[in-house]
Amino acid sequence: MGRGCESGIMALDKTAVAHIAALARIRLSEAELEPLAVELSQILNWVEQLNEVDTAAVPPMASVAASALPMREDRVSDGNCREAILANAPHSARGFFAVPKVIE
Amino acid sequence: MRASLSALTELSLSEVRDRLARKEFSARELTECYIAALQAARPLNAFITETPERALAMAEAADRRRARGEARPLDGIPIAVKDLFCTKGVLTTAGSRILDGFEPPYESTVTEKLWQAGAVMLGKANLDEFAMGSSNATSYYGPVENPWRRRSESKAGDNRPLVPGGSSGGSAAAVAAHAALAATGTDTGGSIRQPASYCGIIGLKPTYGRCSRWGVVAYASSLDHPGPITRTVRDAAIMLRSMAGHDPKDSTSAPLPVPDYERALTGDIRGVRVGIPCEYRAPGMPDDIEALWQRGVEWLRQAGAVPVEIRLPHTKYALAAYYIIAPAEASSNLARYDGVRFGQRVEGGGVDEMYEQTRAAGFGAEVRRRVLIGTYVLSAGYYDAYYLKAQRVRTLVARDFTAAFEEVDAILAPTAPSAAFAIGENSGDPIAMYLNDAFTVPANLAGLPAISVPAGLSADGLPLGLQIIGRAFDEETVLRVGQVLETAAQFHHRPAFVAGET
Repeated sequence: MGRGCESGIMALDKTAVAHIAALARIRLSEAELEPLAVELSQILNWVEQLNEVDTAAVPPMASVAASALPMREDRVSDGNCREAILANAPHSARGFFAVPKVIE
Repeated sequence: MRASLSALTELSLSEVRDRLARKEFSARELTECYIAALQAARPLNAFITETPERALAMAEAADRRRARGEARPLDGIPIAVKDLFCTKGVLTTAGSRILDGFEPPYESTVTEKLWQAGAVMLGKANLDEFAMGSSNATSYYGPVENPWRRRSESKAGDNRPLVPGGSSGGSAAAVAAHAALAATGTDTGGSIRQPASYCGIIGLKPTYGRCSRWGVVAYASSLDHPGPITRTVRDAAIMLRSMAGHDPKDSTSAPLPVPDYERALTGDIRGVRVGIPCEYRAPGMPDDIEALWQRGVEWLRQAGAVPVEIRLPHTKYALAAYYIIAPAEASSNLARYDGVRFGQRVEGGGVDEMYEQTRAAGFGAEVRRRVLIGTYVLSAGYYDAYYLKAQRVRTLVARDFTAAFEEVDAILAPTAPSAAFAIGENSGDPIAMYLNDAFTVPANLAGLPAISVPAGLSADGLPLGLQIIGRAFDEETVLRVGQVLETAAQFHHRPAFVAGET
């Protein structure tokens, strides 16, 4: 359970962190980028230890559950609960979720 | 002859059940005691939301059913619910600011089953934010304090408050402090077993698919396991029977009948082959954990079990694989928190600014870290090198267990590489924190049932757990061997804080 390959090489720089944060839709301030680049690089360097394992002929495992999804009859089993669902929305209007304008 | 009310919170779930059946006290009287206990335990910060009115109403309904001769298996049993289970009309936070004010319009399958069985809800228990953590320190609602303290003479008088473990830290602290009779937890990488070990109680992670995930706020869907936290193995067996079962609303729920787990507790483990995996030794692991493990082997041998040395050669890689797979699934699951349908919203200019600012304000540091790692390992160009690689290693970890279970019926190992640490310790180093999960993560990757049983004290006087890992859907052997371990260990030590004691 060692710390793996702590090569000290930065896997991610500030630009890469900013790009990932944009993909993840998390706003980061300029001041947050550098510490996160260090932390995330440490984690990525640590998981590099997996490269010691030969997995050439090993299939990936997505789940231990049966791979075939169970099927059910295609019929309505729920519904008519719009008010209950909208009750938690920060903003709703005329029976819909309301978001800032996305089309000019 | 009526029992003293102050003594009621001393009883185990099975004792309470039997005495409620004999009408020695009412569910309402018991619930009143537990409401007083959870209020006395407030300094631990184990609960995010207390629901005393609902608890009393549920207890009275249980008493009425019993009076009519229609008592149910858990009628009148007051429990805490990890605040990751959606409860209809009751604030459900996942320990995150982003779910501020969220009152689910539905009930999780597991809690619905518990209420159908007659259980009484005391409140929603604190946890690491979105169940991401091993100390309960990442909760937006503040850290939970472990009811245990180090012996005052240890470590130059270091008597700082300790973490209860995580992520089900509030559940474990509440049960250990006798502020709840039992609790629900979830275990994605050890979040039931590690806090149970740190708090000196029982934590059972059932087989993947045994308890429905429907209505449980998702962290890493292929690894999330709901399960019970209790003070005795028998109580875990009783709780599991009411929590388990096929649920058409969870496509990974196993369509299997649920055994009467209590009947599996025969105390007879003669001839049971118990694997001892030499890989469950961390560098720097304290000697007292190694010694306790050996004592555990001896206890099981004396009970007639056959210890067998086994190899689980990919154990050392399980943790790194987990810290790719879990963040990857988390980054996908947590995409839903966008300020549109529920929880907190921070207005920005356009919709993207709203998403970004909502998520920046709503997610704490550890959740952000995992979402960013997950986003990265799933992104174009890195998917194969990280995510697929981790999934292949997961296959190898699972195959290790499959091979081992050709030879043995159960596996005995330490639950965690240390006892509880102080609040604030390890917090500056994510990887040091991740190492707490080294012994628990493999059973999550393989989806196998595992129970943590308190087996002894550390040199500092803190509880240490041993875990029994079993074959898929063989919770019965896990519980049976776990109870033999519990009986042999005679763990009757008490935490520094028990609700109602001064």
